[in-house]
Amino acid sequence: MTKQNQVWVDVGALAGIPVRGARVVKTTSGCVAVFRTSENEVHALEDRCPHKGGPLSQGIVHGTSVTCPLHNWVISLTTGEAQGADKGAVKTIPVRIESGRLLIDPTVLKARDAA
Amino acid sequence: MREKLVVIGNGMAPGRALERLLEAAPERYDITIFNAEPRVNYDRIMLSPLLSGEKTFEQIVIHGDGWYVKHGVTLYKGHKIRAIDRAAKTVTSAAGITAPYDKLIIATGSLPIVIPVPGSTLAGVLTYRDLDDVQAMLIAAKSRGSAVVIGGGLLGLEAAAGLKEQGMDVTIVHLMPTLMEKQLDATAGHLLQRAVEARGIKILTKANTEAIWGQSKVEGVLLADGTELPADIVVMAVGIRPNATLAKDAGLIVKRGIVVGPGMQTSDPSIFAVGECAEAQGECFGLVAPLYEMATVLAARLAGDANAQFTPSATATKLKVTGINLFSAGDFAEGKDREEIVLRDASRGIYKRLVIKDDKLAGAVFYGDTADSAWFFDLLKRGADISKMRETLIFGPSYAGGAALDPMAAVAALPDDAEICGCNGVCKGKIVTAISIQGLKSLDDVRAHTKASASCGSCTGLVEQLMKATLGDAYNPAAVQPMCPCTALGHDDVRRLIIAKELKTIPDLMQALEWRTSCGCAKCRPALNYYLVATWPGEYQDDSQSRYINERVHANIQKDGTYSVVPRMWGGMTSANELRAIADVVDKFKIPAVKVTGGQRVDLLGVKKEDLPAVWADLNKAGMVSGAAYAKGLRTVKTCVGTDWCRFGTQDSTGLGIKIERFMWGSWTPAKVKMAVSGCPRNCAEATCKDVGVICVDSGYDIHFAGAAGLDIKGTEVLGHVDTEPEAIEVIAALVQLYREQGRYLERIYKWAKRAGIDTIRKQIMDDLDRRRALYDRFVYSQKFSQTDPWAERVQGKEAHEFAPIADLTLREAAE
Repeated sequence: MTKQNQVWVDVGALAGIPVRGARVVKTTSGCVAVFRTSENEVHALEDRCPHKGGPLSQGIVHGTSVTCPLHNWVISLTTGEAQGADKGAVKTIPVRIESGRLLIDPTVLKARDAA
Repeated sequence: MREKLVVIGNGMAPGRALERLLEAAPERYDITIFNAEPRVNYDRIMLSPLLSGEKTFEQIVIHGDGWYVKHGVTLYKGHKIRAIDRAAKTVTSAAGITAPYDKLIIATGSLPIVIPVPGSTLAGVLTYRDLDDVQAMLIAAKSRGSAVVIGGGLLGLEAAAGLKEQGMDVTIVHLMPTLMEKQLDATAGHLLQRAVEARGIKILTKANTEAIWGQSKVEGVLLADGTELPADIVVMAVGIRPNATLAKDAGLIVKRGIVVGPGMQTSDPSIFAVGECAEAQGECFGLVAPLYEMATVLAARLAGDANAQFTPSATATKLKVTGINLFSAGDFAEGKDREEIVLRDASRGIYKRLVIKDDKLAGAVFYGDTADSAWFFDLLKRGADISKMRETLIFGPSYAGGAALDPMAAVAALPDDAEICGCNGVCKGKIVTAISIQGLKSLDDVRAHTKASASCGSCTGLVEQLMKATLGDAYNPAAVQPMCPCTALGHDDVRRLIIAKELKTIPDLMQALEWRTSCGCAKCRPALNYYLVATWPGEYQDDSQSRYINERVHANIQKDGTYSVVPRMWGGMTSANELRAIADVVDKFKIPAVKVTGGQRVDLLGVKKEDLPAVWADLNKAGMVSGAAYAKGLRTVKTCVGTDWCRFGTQDSTGLGIKIERFMWGSWTPAKVKMAVSGCPRNCAEATCKDVGVICVDSGYDIHFAGAAGLDIKGTEVLGHVDTEPEAIEVIAALVQLYREQGRYLERIYKWAKRAGIDTIRKQIMDDLDRRRALYDRFVYSQKFSQTDPWAERVQGKEAHEFAPIADLTLREAAE
């Protein structure tokens, strides 16, 4: 995906996500989990654990990882990859903060559908 | 013929640029400066010491009048430039002076941001930007009234400290949860907050300013949560924005700031911009180091060096408040490709964190001891390879590159009179002698005989090393299972230290107990949250982000991400009214499955998360509250029908079950607690495999505990016999309180009882009546804060963010 065809969509205020928490963005290609770390960084992942599809948005956020609520897989917020002995990954979705607003590029999810 | 160089603005960046230019090409330009402020160039960074009274204006002047005379520079003080005529190559001041230029430098700096709340234009609402602001503050401070500073960043804190120093009563209002969140991680932010509060400055975080009120002048600040803060002055220190209006009016390309290339040239080749008004590579700058770098590049360009280029590099921040040592530099966010080294020395109030990426220092945060910050910043800027000194890196330059000190050798090298345990004043010689002469083999023995490490426990590691050095291989420490990889401490040590050190928040605890990670993990955070809830009822602010999802949303997550909802049915009793309400909810929300549970409740399965508050609202209306089927807390009290109906019943088992449940619901425990009351020894409520069970008999009540019927199957142990219902309730509450105080997080009662000893527990509850009463009283006290129905609170809107997506793009996409 190149920069030119990125589509940034405003999905709300950063303040809408609790620190060390997450919120969900619904899209026609599935849910996106937008995380906010203790350092006030944001990351967005497909809201489906690579293990059994658990909603990562409901997990406990620590450092730059989230622990899935279903079976405690730990997923990196930066790479989407499972940590430790577990293998698997979810898509990361581009996200940025502009003047306190959250912008995501949901087309990445569609790209997967098309593929 | 000299070229004409005109400078708009006389701040630190153009000042530095001219200094460098005059060194490199003293004869090349005729220089004219227009300064909107009626004064010479002064050091803006020193405004804080000026405000606090540590410095005078004369001491912060960079270029006095003599400097301008000496270099033949014409300075117009108090002349604001009104317009630039690019075609004629002239600038015109508000006072009507027009000056021609060959080269023009725009250095208009930045403007403080004023939040446009009602009342923001009242007299007494100040910003913190220049000498005039400081003078206004100093005059206001003479009245010794109250000041509210909006903004807990660098400038806000410095303004607050200065005003406090001048004798004002100061409150800082900060929008974010921690101070200086752009420069500091949360831990350092908390330490800073404590240090600032210790100076008598009040701090309100997560505080949103709604309005400023007053008649002719400011009288106070109103926050969004309704808090009213009286104030004689209000200082807004919420940030700055580049002052680029003049450039924009002249038709130059302006985004956030005046866009410049690597040579500081604007879109007009004769015009340059420097300082806070300039935007280089998409970034604007506010700290002095990059501004000075810009100035150096600009001077080189003007002197004829076409290769000089500005590349933004890492910047460092220091807080200029006397007595608070704070330093941050680079990028200190966490990341997969990054590693961190954290040093915490709680007793000395020191916190150091280094972030390392590809064997290079990427960021650093120091609190308490910043003596070596220059050395670290140099490593960071140079991008030096630190892999060879990594082991000792955090200890600073005195250890750099040296061999890592073997801790055992270090302990062995200590003299006999070296103090090991500060709390109890125990020196090395005494411990070594006790170990050798009395043949001590375990840490507990050493604690019992010498008192070393028996109080706060922070010297435990040292004592263990001493034992190892003295006993050699004969010392085999009973392995304490650490809570999780974030700490070396076990659950019991953490619980003991929470009380001994009066730790009352998770960040405080992690700092004091020297946690290895900056915000813990999914294993320790829920445990710590429980320990703090259980230890400090009414004081500790529950951290919902440290709770497992089920306890956060008060329902049980299912494999497909939906939730199950279990309303409370006291003692397993229900009614037509309740069942009808349940049936209506099932229909209304199309709930796919309804099931009767093992604990005599009804479980509604497959509820969508967004529907939870509405489902609860309907159940609440029928008088039902949360059944806590998700909680590490009291779940259910199962009963049989007892003397009400049963021909064998000996006591009112249903009534007792309901009383216990009504008394104990809402309490948090280390793991779930399930109870039962059977009306006779036939035991239809299956009380003898529960965490706590009661078997009613003719003469009263047999209390059982420590049963299990899950992963393990285990019959209960008998705790004792009591004659009356009130006694039964007191015994059960005291037992549960003992478990709450001693149990490890996720440890069920039967495991705790095995560890603590059935007899030991029995003696404390059944034989020691004072202790039983004290435990009971503590349970009663903590219940004062736990019996609010979490469903009703959320129906009222609490934690609403949990139940709704932040955005729904499906509608928007459908429209496209």
